[in-house]
Amino acid sequence: MTRPRTLYEKIWDAHVVERRDDGTCIVFIDRHLVHEVTSPQAFEGLRAAGRTVRRPDLTLAVPDHNLPTTPRRDASGNRIPIADPMSAKQLEALEANAPAFGIRYIDDAAPEQGIVHVVGPEQGYTLPGCTLVCGDSHTAAHGALGALAFGIGTSEVEHVLATQTLLLKQSKRMEIRVEGDLGFGVSPKDVVLAIIGKIGAAGGTGHVIEYTGSTIRDMSIEGRLTVSNMSIEAGARAGLIAPDEKTFDYLKGRPMAPSGADWDAAMDWWRSLPTDDGAHYDTRVALDAADIAPNVTWGTSPEDVVPITGSVPDPESFAEESKRAAAAKSLDYMGLTPGQRMEDVAVDNIFIGSCTNSRIEDLRAAAEVAKGRRIADGIKQALVVPGSGLVKAQAEAEGLDRIFVEAGFEWREPGCSMCLGMNPDKVPSGQRCASTSNRNFVGRQGPGARTHLVSPAMAAAAAVTGKLTDIREMMG
Amino acid sequence: MEPFKQVEGRAYPFGRKNVDTDVIIPAEFLKTISREGLGEGAFKVVRAEEGNVFDDPEYTGAPILIAGDNFGCGSSREHAAWALDDMGVRVVIAPSFSDIFSSNAFKNGILTVELPQEAIDRLMEVAATDPITVDLDNQVVTTPFQDRLEFPIDPFRKSCLLAGLDEIGLTLESSDAISAYEQKITADKPWLKPEISA
Repeated sequence: MTRPRTLYEKIWDAHVVERRDDGTCIVFIDRHLVHEVTSPQAFEGLRAAGRTVRRPDLTLAVPDHNLPTTPRRDASGNRIPIADPMSAKQLEALEANAPAFGIRYIDDAAPEQGIVHVVGPEQGYTLPGCTLVCGDSHTAAHGALGALAFGIGTSEVEHVLATQTLLLKQSKRMEIRVEGDLGFGVSPKDVVLAIIGKIGAAGGTGHVIEYTGSTIRDMSIEGRLTVSNMSIEAGARAGLIAPDEKTFDYLKGRPMAPSGADWDAAMDWWRSLPTDDGAHYDTRVALDAADIAPNVTWGTSPEDVVPITGSVPDPESFAEESKRAAAAKSLDYMGLTPGQRMEDVAVDNIFIGSCTNSRIEDLRAAAEVAKGRRIADGIKQALVVPGSGLVKAQAEAEGLDRIFVEAGFEWREPGCSMCLGMNPDKVPSGQRCASTSNRNFVGRQGPGARTHLVSPAMAAAAAVTGKLTDIREMMG
Repeated sequence: MEPFKQVEGRAYPFGRKNVDTDVIIPAEFLKTISREGLGEGAFKVVRAEEGNVFDDPEYTGAPILIAGDNFGCGSSREHAAWALDDMGVRVVIAPSFSDIFSSNAFKNGILTVELPQEAIDRLMEVAATDPITVDLDNQVVTTPFQDRLEFPIDPFRKSCLLAGLDEIGLTLESSDAISAYEQKITADKPWLKPEISA
């Protein structure tokens, strides 16, 4: 009888190539997603050292960060030049590096193109029990399917390209258990914001988080992707959710997933992955779904979370001196005053998109709110950016694009867009944005931009009223 | 990579907590295809503040940076480590670091030193007027006032930093083990190879 193990330990054990005395392991990487921002220096490093890509057959390259969300081809199918020469150069580098090293490249106008973290699950490239990395911290998203997935830096990208492995030490194990039914208007985004608000932006540092409990089990795969995606915002490099029948139903028949006898063999292994009874977690956290309200952020760290019915906190109310100083600075940057009701905060911009909330269920939730309504007069920009070309096509087939356009939103091409504004989609300095993205950092959505993180339905509601709004009031 | 031994010099008494990599280097500077020259964009938002430590002539060229909890959180961008390196920073001292930042820093020969908040408070005080010394071999931070602050470090990282080792070269020494693993997986889990072709 072997010791009971967690999901994380089972995946880890299956991927150790070699273990050194100090516990550092060479860990095999089954899947490597590559995008244009964090890869050029890695390919350059390979060239300089005369190295090749060890397993191009496990590697997939997709451009996403720099792509404009306006049309990419003209009426005759020719590429419309990208205005920013730096963006264009970075995209050209990936387009050249991928074939030069034998890597499959999904180009900017392919229907499968999208944000890497939307593309991986959607294509069935992401599988339970696999190790998956990408030079992007939101790689944590893929853990929703039971993959051990985490973001890496460019030196590690180069290391994986050259060796298909990483040198790692096992992380600590944290269980975050959420039990109960979510209230009306409360979404997976609100759950993960509540978690980060509870444990803090460094609460998960050094850990891999496994999300458990009935609330997580009852979520759709897309909802789970939203939760796992923001694990990094709590400091954890990876999130994990045990694969179950929903996971298998989601994956079956996807283009890059196993099929036939291979599928059956894979299922045998996948079913053995969930955490054993009695397995040990280093840290355990519990939340009650009934306590979770639709949430918004008030500051410049994702831990700065309050329910929409709450108010901007007084920096003096924090116990720690460093948090008091940080909160005062945040409020100054955000242009908010202590005691101000969140529902009184007027917004100028709306962003519905990002690897956190750009999948079809997110767009449906936002469209349900937008349907038959109009965005408020004060809204300067309201973007809906689907996570991939396939999400976009599905939304158009359901008529969601027309709902958004009739309500006054702009319906765009897929990419990372206004989550970080590496393309032309930015929040102007001093303006405020209700955003379904993952980071409210200073300058994240553009220099001087003020971000409030919310769910897709809450973003659509803010668009309609022109201020942060309790979705339960509007739709209840 | 240059071997890392001991660093002595002034330290930026920055002190803030939750310094994310968007603050260390904003997205507008990520469009480069090179590792060089990123110091120019480092801490752009902070530098817009009057009296900030980075533009204070007192600390020009300081090789050490002192910060609060959770330094380097957020985006995995290694550009943050490249930017610090380009500024001439060889050591960051804080109560805690994000896992990805710490790994990126290490791979660029930058040492991340974890010390408790009291030690950080003391070093912030010293840094305002005097240099400090970080000795990796003996794992200790010292000041001209006889402070001796010992810090832990992963032994593997320590030996790599001291020797200036190329990690990829090191892993490639285990090529046979990697090949053996690949053969075993191909036999045991043939379904694991994704249905993609270039």
